[in-house]
Amino acid sequence: MNFEMSDDRRMLAETMRRYLSEQYGWEHRLRVAYTAPYHDPQKWTGIAGLGIFYALVGEDRGGMGGAGFDIAVIFEELGRALCPEPLLGAVMAARLLSAAGAPLTDLLSGDQRYAVAIGELDAPYDLDGITCTAEDGGDGWRLTGRKSVVYGGGVADRLLVAARAEERLALFDVAADDADLRPYPMIDGGPAAELLLDGAKAKLLIADATSALTDALDWGALALTAEALGAMETTYAMLLDYLGTRKQFGQPIGAFQALQHRAVDLAIEIEQARSIVILAASAMAGPDQAKRVAQAKHLVGRIARTVAEEAIQMHGGIAMTWEYPVSHYAKRLVMIDHQLGDTDHHLERLIEQLQTG
Amino acid sequence: MDLTYSPAERAFQTDVREFLAENLPPALSRKVNARGELTKDDMERWHAILNARGWLAGPWPKAFGGQGWGPIEQHIFEEECCLAGAPRIVPFGLKMLGPVLMKFGTPEQQATYLPRILDGTDWWCQGYSEPGAGSDLASLKTRAERDGDDYVINGQKTWTTLGQHANRIFCLVRTKADGKPQEGISFVLVDLDTPGIEMRPIRLIEGGHEVNEVFFTDVRVPVTNRVGAENEGWTIAKFLLGHERTNIAGVGFSVQALEQVKQLAGKVMRGGKPLIQNTLFAARLARIEAELDAMKITNLRMLARAAQGGRLGAVPSMLKIKGTEIRQAINDLARRALGPAAAPFPSEDLDGNLPIAPEGHAHHAASYFNNRKISIYGGSNEIQRNILAKGMMQR
Repeated sequence: MNFEMSDDRRMLAETMRRYLSEQYGWEHRLRVAYTAPYHDPQKWTGIAGLGIFYALVGEDRGGMGGAGFDIAVIFEELGRALCPEPLLGAVMAARLLSAAGAPLTDLLSGDQRYAVAIGELDAPYDLDGITCTAEDGGDGWRLTGRKSVVYGGGVADRLLVAARAEERLALFDVAADDADLRPYPMIDGGPAAELLLDGAKAKLLIADATSALTDALDWGALALTAEALGAMETTYAMLLDYLGTRKQFGQPIGAFQALQHRAVDLAIEIEQARSIVILAASAMAGPDQAKRVAQAKHLVGRIARTVAEEAIQMHGGIAMTWEYPVSHYAKRLVMIDHQLGDTDHHLERLIEQLQTG
Repeated sequence: MDLTYSPAERAFQTDVREFLAENLPPALSRKVNARGELTKDDMERWHAILNARGWLAGPWPKAFGGQGWGPIEQHIFEEECCLAGAPRIVPFGLKMLGPVLMKFGTPEQQATYLPRILDGTDWWCQGYSEPGAGSDLASLKTRAERDGDDYVINGQKTWTTLGQHANRIFCLVRTKADGKPQEGISFVLVDLDTPGIEMRPIRLIEGGHEVNEVFFTDVRVPVTNRVGAENEGWTIAKFLLGHERTNIAGVGFSVQALEQVKQLAGKVMRGGKPLIQNTLFAARLARIEAELDAMKITNLRMLARAAQGGRLGAVPSMLKIKGTEIRQAINDLARRALGPAAAPFPSEDLDGNLPIAPEGHAHHAASYFNNRKISIYGGSNEIQRNILAKGMMQR
């Protein structure tokens, strides 16, 4: 048994951490997260230049990573710095393009930005309800429908879109220039978009894509849980610091037992979150992937919200302000549960797995 | 045991409902229900409508222009207003300073300021908290030093709600440096046009501007602007904290918000069905509804006791804790119900032709984050628990 991170991954984490702390300072983060295009294209290129994207896939696909822990390490650092760069799309696209046997060269070099468009207004978390349709009109495939809250959608070069072709759920590649994208910032910062398709030109990547999409959603969910873990650690460090320095009634507020116990409870929860993320990361590409990811997303969804709410409450008014970073971490921690299935959605997956054996 | 209102109370409830149906502008209630940011004009307009009916200051004694409502009538009025989507009455003049002046003010102060609160001439804001004095309010440091017939005020106040609309502020200031901190505080009225005052906005978590910092540099205020005796401001502060009894639990807000969640859960889809059909979500909703229905009765029990002149002691602290927890849990459900559609920021800037959340529901994430404040302000829930513990365990 060994819970130590390998040297390669430790280096990957340190590379990310150093880059983000040097290049993605807090004021910069606040500005770009809420100003169009809601991320920093130069920093995206900078992250690509560090070779980070090569960690998204294995050597057989031209990368040098591709394990659950590679993804977890990268996203934990993004979360720690509350970085709004839309890497989620790259993780999911890497899985989908791999499944399609399509080239990954442009994705790994960072030259092309990918967004993955699965969810719809009436089918936010489930594949069964997807109504976007694909038709082969002789001159190639055409897509019609609307994809809602596409993460990184407004800044992507290419969109991987799930749509129904006849009875089957298929995956298509759409050039951003051929799509009607309506970009906006998210409440916790970073880019999203509505994607309107009205006979948009598309290239078929996978004809029967349900399992590839499920797999990509799992990898995306793993990434989000790791991101939440990093954000929780930063939030908790800020909380401990505040409890030790803020004085009321002649003593640091951290001297009050009522607050000490609550802070300790959070630490216990965050340890649980770390463990379930480790368990999920270790299960990726194995038989337990679906169960472990659902467990992780379920637990982390609840824990991240608890950490956000308690961090605000124990700080008091200061954490209600835009100026104080905890408020922004809290928003991210809560809103992560709105991406790729919330805590209840993943609990339902777990219940279903239990009941069907 | 009878859990219903008396015939007279029911008649009053009908009056209020009819009044609201006829006089509450639909554009205002739409804005309130969608949690749109109310302008100063919106709030003043609603105050004027209520004032014309004599209901702006219902609980005030008739001698001061009110109706002399008791706790139950006040509760009925506030609950009906909430359910109808009326703007909240801005409390600083009507619910805070007004009662203070009636109890502690001189006849001159009453004659000068009370009519100006009613007719909207004055918009008051509150100068209590300071950066170093939040939960520990008595440690406030803003000084007021005597210089002839004036106080000269120096210091900083914070969390001044809607100060950007106000022309006057009531402040707790330190007039004596030695002794127990509570014993050196005075309550003074300050015209915000006085030289030396600067108000700066504080942007909140969800991006809105409703609170401010106020800086005082050599601000001269006549000593006649003090309310009550010098160094007895703490008594007034405590009076104010215990004064608000009827809407502490925020039951009306919760009822209205829960209704919105139910509507929303009937509209948004999960797994091919309306969300309300989802067992996990319905369980969350049912649990909160049971809590809220219990809270309604707790609230009415306290009101009945207050109406009979009973002492409430630390009971309002209980209402504040449970009431805010329930409201926040409902806000959480509303946000959760939207799923990914909760993400856009700021919702009102989105292309109107391309709604993402169902109409009137785009605000739920912002409201959820903004309402984290309700368990912090006006004495955090931790401070309320201290008050309760003291009241219950140290007899």
